[in-house]
Amino acid sequence: MKLELGFIEIKDVQFSNECAVKDGILYVNPDQVKEFVYENDDVRQYLKSINFDIAKPGESVRITPVKDVIEPRVKVEGPGGVFPGVISKVDTVGSGRTHVLRGCAVVTAGKIVGFQEGIIDMTGPGADYTPFSKTLNVVMIVEPVEGTKQHDYERAVRFAGLRAATFLGELGRNVTPDEVKTFETYGIKEGLEKLPGLPRVGYLHMLQTQGLLHDTYVYGVDAKKIVATLLNPTETMDGAILSGNCVSACDKNTTYHHLNNPVVAELFEEHGKSINYVCNIITNENVYLADKQRSSDWAAKLAKLLDLDAVIVSEEGFGNPDADLIMNCVKNEKQGIKTVLITDEYAGQDGKSQSLADVSPLATAVVTGGNANMVINLPPMDKVIGTLDYVDIIAGGHAGSLQPDGSIDAELQIITGATNEMGFNRLSAR
Amino acid sequence: MSFRVVHYINQFFANIGGEEMAHVAPELREGAVGPGMAFNQQWKGEAEVVKTIVCGDSYFAEHEKEAKEQVLAWVKEAKPDLFIAGPAFNAGRYGYACANVALAVKTELGIPVLTGMYVENPGADLKDKVLMVATANSAAGMRKAAPAMAKLGLKLAKGEPLAASCVDGYMPNGVRVNFFEKERGAKRAVKMLIAKIKDEAFVTEFPMPNFDRVEPGKAIPDMSKAVVALCTSGGIVPKGNPDHIESSSASHYGEYDITGWDALTAEGWQTAHGGYDPVYANADPNRVLPVDVLRQMEKEGKIGKLHNKFYTTVGNGTAVASSKKFAEEYAQKLLKDGVQAVIMTST
Amino acid sequence: MVKEVERVGIPVVHMCTITPISLTVGANRIIPTIAIPYPLGNPTLEPADEYALRYKLVSKAIEAFTIPVEQQTVFDV
Repeated sequence: MKLELGFIEIKDVQFSNECAVKDGILYVNPDQVKEFVYENDDVRQYLKSINFDIAKPGESVRITPVKDVIEPRVKVEGPGGVFPGVISKVDTVGSGRTHVLRGCAVVTAGKIVGFQEGIIDMTGPGADYTPFSKTLNVVMIVEPVEGTKQHDYERAVRFAGLRAATFLGELGRNVTPDEVKTFETYGIKEGLEKLPGLPRVGYLHMLQTQGLLHDTYVYGVDAKKIVATLLNPTETMDGAILSGNCVSACDKNTTYHHLNNPVVAELFEEHGKSINYVCNIITNENVYLADKQRSSDWAAKLAKLLDLDAVIVSEEGFGNPDADLIMNCVKNEKQGIKTVLITDEYAGQDGKSQSLADVSPLATAVVTGGNANMVINLPPMDKVIGTLDYVDIIAGGHAGSLQPDGSIDAELQIITGATNEMGFNRLSAR
Repeated sequence: MSFRVVHYINQFFANIGGEEMAHVAPELREGAVGPGMAFNQQWKGEAEVVKTIVCGDSYFAEHEKEAKEQVLAWVKEAKPDLFIAGPAFNAGRYGYACANVALAVKTELGIPVLTGMYVENPGADLKDKVLMVATANSAAGMRKAAPAMAKLGLKLAKGEPLAASCVDGYMPNGVRVNFFEKERGAKRAVKMLIAKIKDEAFVTEFPMPNFDRVEPGKAIPDMSKAVVALCTSGGIVPKGNPDHIESSSASHYGEYDITGWDALTAEGWQTAHGGYDPVYANADPNRVLPVDVLRQMEKEGKIGKLHNKFYTTVGNGTAVASSKKFAEEYAQKLLKDGVQAVIMTST
Repeated sequence: MVKEVERVGIPVVHMCTITPISLTVGANRIIPTIAIPYPLGNPTLEPADEYALRYKLVSKAIEAFTIPVEQQTVFDV
């Protein structure tokens, strides 16, 4: 399957009377975006208000509580549309051509959904830990209708963000991209002919599916209800996988991460040179042992069926998903498929505790996104988008996290994307 | 103000002598001796070795309690800002002494401590408790070790927080510290994967906790029928060391037949080990490999049979990986020969 | 090395002087011995007494094989 990505560099975002992308500037009329967002039953029913703001790199701005981050994209050629099964109709995506508004993002924020939303600081020490201090952010501050149940609210916010991103992405349909890159993987036979002798590598992508607002969706399907299955890597670039989860901010994969999956990107860098990047295997992280065993069995079975030589396994979240991670490692290593794991650590604030809930001597190659328990002080910002009301209770915060001067003492956990387990960041630990 | 440092070294680095002088008791000297001068040079006056404690390696190993007490008393009196031991490179007993004496100073006196040695030095087992700089496996590595230890030592004396082990150059000590890598995680993962596919070396970012323990072997209720074999890391070999087993960092092991020997004699056997005083083992090799006693037990029916072959290695400076490889090999031979129990002696 | 032998199913008694190292390297049955250069002897003793000492230590080792152990054990001598 072959996909062209046309990157349109966004250099600035401005509010305006019109909505357009011109000379690298994204002009946003909030009313028009809102109108499109509200053309959805859930949004209409559960969201009382949506307000827009803009946060730019380097500004003294704190966004919290952050739920999801989404990159605007539009499908310009080929079957389907972005976010199939959710925003667009169900159709296999990942081929043809897609335009990307690179450098900007839609951020959903506002009244808390669960207790695991995060913080994005656009400057200061916190900014070093989140990739979204480097993007031009169109922030949506949402407010639910009183009495809205948690999961209804979560779904409505999810749809609101995706619809806004889709609307903005559409503005890039007829813009000539600044850069075009082609991504292509092959069927089994074709791959063997085109790339003879190269080691066959897969990406075993673990999706957070613990339920209770910790969910991930694939073509609109709640991933806790799937067994491990296959995906062309390019499908992820069109939004086949999206985040519906409110797990700890530092190591949840936002929809932005899924669209820009760094493992997919780095495997493509080596594809055809030192490896044959065959495909992605997606699997879940369910709460029952039988589910964990079944899913890891299936993932390993598919890897063997595809004659893979090696896989990269990325985790999402921590705690009992560590058991899934180790099962995915052990079952593949035992059938001769080499593994590299990407995880993060919960080694305690002093760094002295056992980092993972499960370990195995077969996990010989591990990349870490850092210790999420590290304590960080976030100085006050001139402006807060959203509210500081929840800082003390979101994961990573503690009673007294928020200081009278507006500074925050909290664990790295609280920062959106800080210890990402797809390896999005440079942060590590030893 | 210059930070005050007390430095611990062994008889060899104090120029007293090698193995033959390893028995010397602790001695306190003013100022820097040997490697301490290299530290002073690095510190350029910011810190200075004010006292040097010299102790023989065998003395420490055999009188650990007394040696520690003496060292602690001297360190307490000197009131240093930092205590440095070694570097010990791959000298096993020196490393053991450095690590243990440093640990005592840290826990008893609350003074920051630092040592340095080769990662496979047995003393490095304490790396989670005592900060250690990884050095080369021989004293030739002093030129690199001295600046690394001096830099880290100064940081300790100043009370500055440590950066990650790979940044500050100490052995991973179980305390996880965050830092920014040059490349993002996914790129590091792909590089690691390619190295792993090609069977090339790579370094995991999170070593799995130490789980290398083996279930204790089953008890043998009746030893009177058991075939017992002897193995040793004490380097007992036939006189003249016909297979040229190296005295340190051995590249192979020895397999020797003791059929017909009621005891090992000084005429027939010797040690090839370079890490301890060989006089006693050469005078009576049964002191390391008790063939004489086991022969008697065989006659008395206390054991079924003494296996006619023994396996010997030199533990001194030999990499753990090599020792492991040797033992894996001869374990198979022992199994094949029907050996039921193994007495392993170490020096 | 002790571990590698025990791994194939042969019980090992490790006789050594620096027992903490023996514990670290993973020996399960440990008999403490006399000194590094002469683990199973003592040159200051009369030959007969030295032999008796060695006999006693090795007897302890033989006895250690007969005792079931669940974890790393340093036997008293």
